[in-house]
Amino acid sequence: MAIAREAGPVGSIHEVREAGLDRDDLLGVYRNMLITRGVEERGHILYRQGKIPGSFYTGRGNEAAAVGVATAMSSEDVGTPLHRDMGVHITRGVEPWRIFANYMGRVDGPARGRDGNVHMADQQLGMIAMVSHLPAMLPVAVGCALAFRIREEPRVAVGWFGEGASARGDAHESMTFAGTRRLPMVFVCDNNQFAYSTLTQYEYATEHVADRAQAYGFEGVVVDGTDVLAVYREAKRAIDKARAGGGPTLVECLTLRMEGHAVHDDAFYVPKQMFEKWAESDPIERFRTWLRDNAEMTDSEEDDIAASVKKLLISSLERADESPQPDPATLLDGVYATPEDLDTPHHK
Amino acid sequence: MAELTYLQAISDGLRTEMRRDKRVFLIGEDVGVYGGAFKVSQGFQEEFGPWRVIDAPLAETAIVGGATGAAIMGLRPVAEMQFADFISCAWDHLVTIAAKQRWRAGTPVPIVVRLPSGGGFSGGPFHSQNPESSFAHIPGLKCVCPATPEDAKGLLISAIEDPNPVLYFEHKHLYRRIKGEVPEERYTTPIGKARMHQEGSDISVITWGAMVYTAEEAAQQLDADGVSVEILDLRTVMPWDKAAVLESARKTSKVLVLHEDTRTGGFGAEIAASISEEAFEDLDAPVKRIAAPDTPVPFSPVLEKAFIPQVDDVVAGLRELAAY
Repeated sequence: MAIAREAGPVGSIHEVREAGLDRDDLLGVYRNMLITRGVEERGHILYRQGKIPGSFYTGRGNEAAAVGVATAMSSEDVGTPLHRDMGVHITRGVEPWRIFANYMGRVDGPARGRDGNVHMADQQLGMIAMVSHLPAMLPVAVGCALAFRIREEPRVAVGWFGEGASARGDAHESMTFAGTRRLPMVFVCDNNQFAYSTLTQYEYATEHVADRAQAYGFEGVVVDGTDVLAVYREAKRAIDKARAGGGPTLVECLTLRMEGHAVHDDAFYVPKQMFEKWAESDPIERFRTWLRDNAEMTDSEEDDIAASVKKLLISSLERADESPQPDPATLLDGVYATPEDLDTPHHK
Repeated sequence: MAELTYLQAISDGLRTEMRRDKRVFLIGEDVGVYGGAFKVSQGFQEEFGPWRVIDAPLAETAIVGGATGAAIMGLRPVAEMQFADFISCAWDHLVTIAAKQRWRAGTPVPIVVRLPSGGGFSGGPFHSQNPESSFAHIPGLKCVCPATPEDAKGLLISAIEDPNPVLYFEHKHLYRRIKGEVPEERYTTPIGKARMHQEGSDISVITWGAMVYTAEEAAQQLDADGVSVEILDLRTVMPWDKAAVLESARKTSKVLVLHEDTRTGGFGAEIAASISEEAFEDLDAPVKRIAAPDTPVPFSPVLEKAFIPQVDDVVAGLRELAAY
């Protein structure tokens, strides 16, 4: 039996306005979702062309969850997005050419060739680069929230994890600490139904991951992760509450990982009917329809957005391809930080 | 100058930095109301308040991971492990995130993890270890192991000031046993510089932590034999003062590397290998290592004595080298 609150869909544009988004914002959200998917689709092509070393991961199906939460964050908030959360990087303003450069291991990627795929972040835009040990980013996000609490700043930290990552102790320790201290923290679980190939029933025994929140002393909410407006509304509520001193919330976004764990994985273990069912609620198509039905998005607006995204992606690919390879002579640089490295806005 | 115990010197260093820099805070299990398991932070919560002396849940992952996040946001966390042994629970956060974030993502992580380490009081396998070698092997981490009260204060201040993750190993056996003059004002002890504990001309002992005093007692016995022993206290294991080690090795031509951690893959192996590579021509004897045997730390006093290098073991090793 569910303990978490099960959030419903967003109905009208009035409800959206109340939640803080005007019509231009809505078109911006749509554009960010298109860029998110476009970056990953083109990344996949680059991979097939042999231009991306290592492996390649996408978050297809998770665009609404990622963009919805990131849209609810303020510029002063920070987050630790993971490998299905490209939409967070896009929404917070990372330029796509730098993401392509990162995919290709070039010096203009945020990781400068030292780490690949989505293991990157622009700290100036309030993100911290993820590691492969996915739940390990949660305590780091909690530490950011702790810093905000200690300094009494009205800022919020958002920590992402998957239903797979929810199984590890890091998630428990993070929620225990954030809950006991009522830190300004929002936990976002992208529950995409498969941890690599493992079913949810082998990751958690409750109905929802968010059901656990009550045990940590805060609210859990389950939301349809393909509904960008519902995700936005719930994330906004949670962030506002955290900012006001109300403590953490666990927001669980239900999605389906529409591709394999990574490019090598054909996801044979996912029933075909499941893909077909979830494809009917494709987050981008769903929001496009909503915009036409509720916000009077016109043909020409839709075409303009699609054309500008296409143009952006093409020029980004060209620019990324011009980015140099890293110089092996720099390999030893920066293993240790220098005092000058602390000369950032955060360390003032 | 005041005479302080090693433990008081650690408190003094921490208090000095917390008074000077409001970004510095302490987080750990029982560090607040109780003042820390060893009372290093006694009275701190009264002075600095509950949000700068934070009683954490029993969750080392949250403590070290949380310190990392707070550091990235501009604070200067000092995280206390109740015993160095418990750092195993936070290995991932030190090694996977804190150590690599600067190199990988350009994000410095200025945290200090205080690690009460070392044996000699029947603490058994989980309250006695000296895990510095494991962390010295990880690029991106620094490891300091003060032996004197003066260095305990100066190295703690340096560690807090340092823009990197620094593991500060404080030897429990020295806490109340060792006293010394400690300047009252703020000062730093450089990370990466060894300290000449005593000069000598015939044999060099390279060591750190509590073993400095074991070496000192052994050297007194050798002195009676007419053998002059030099003791170089490494003070920091990563980065380590290779130049000072090589200089001492070239001066005496005979070297004993001594540590309380287990032998195989211990940091002494790195020191011995470096001397062999870079000062081979100056040696009159093979570099000798004395370390704990490759077992967990035993509980029984009889067994523990057999485990931790004793003065007699060092005397025997020095005599062997003297006769070579």
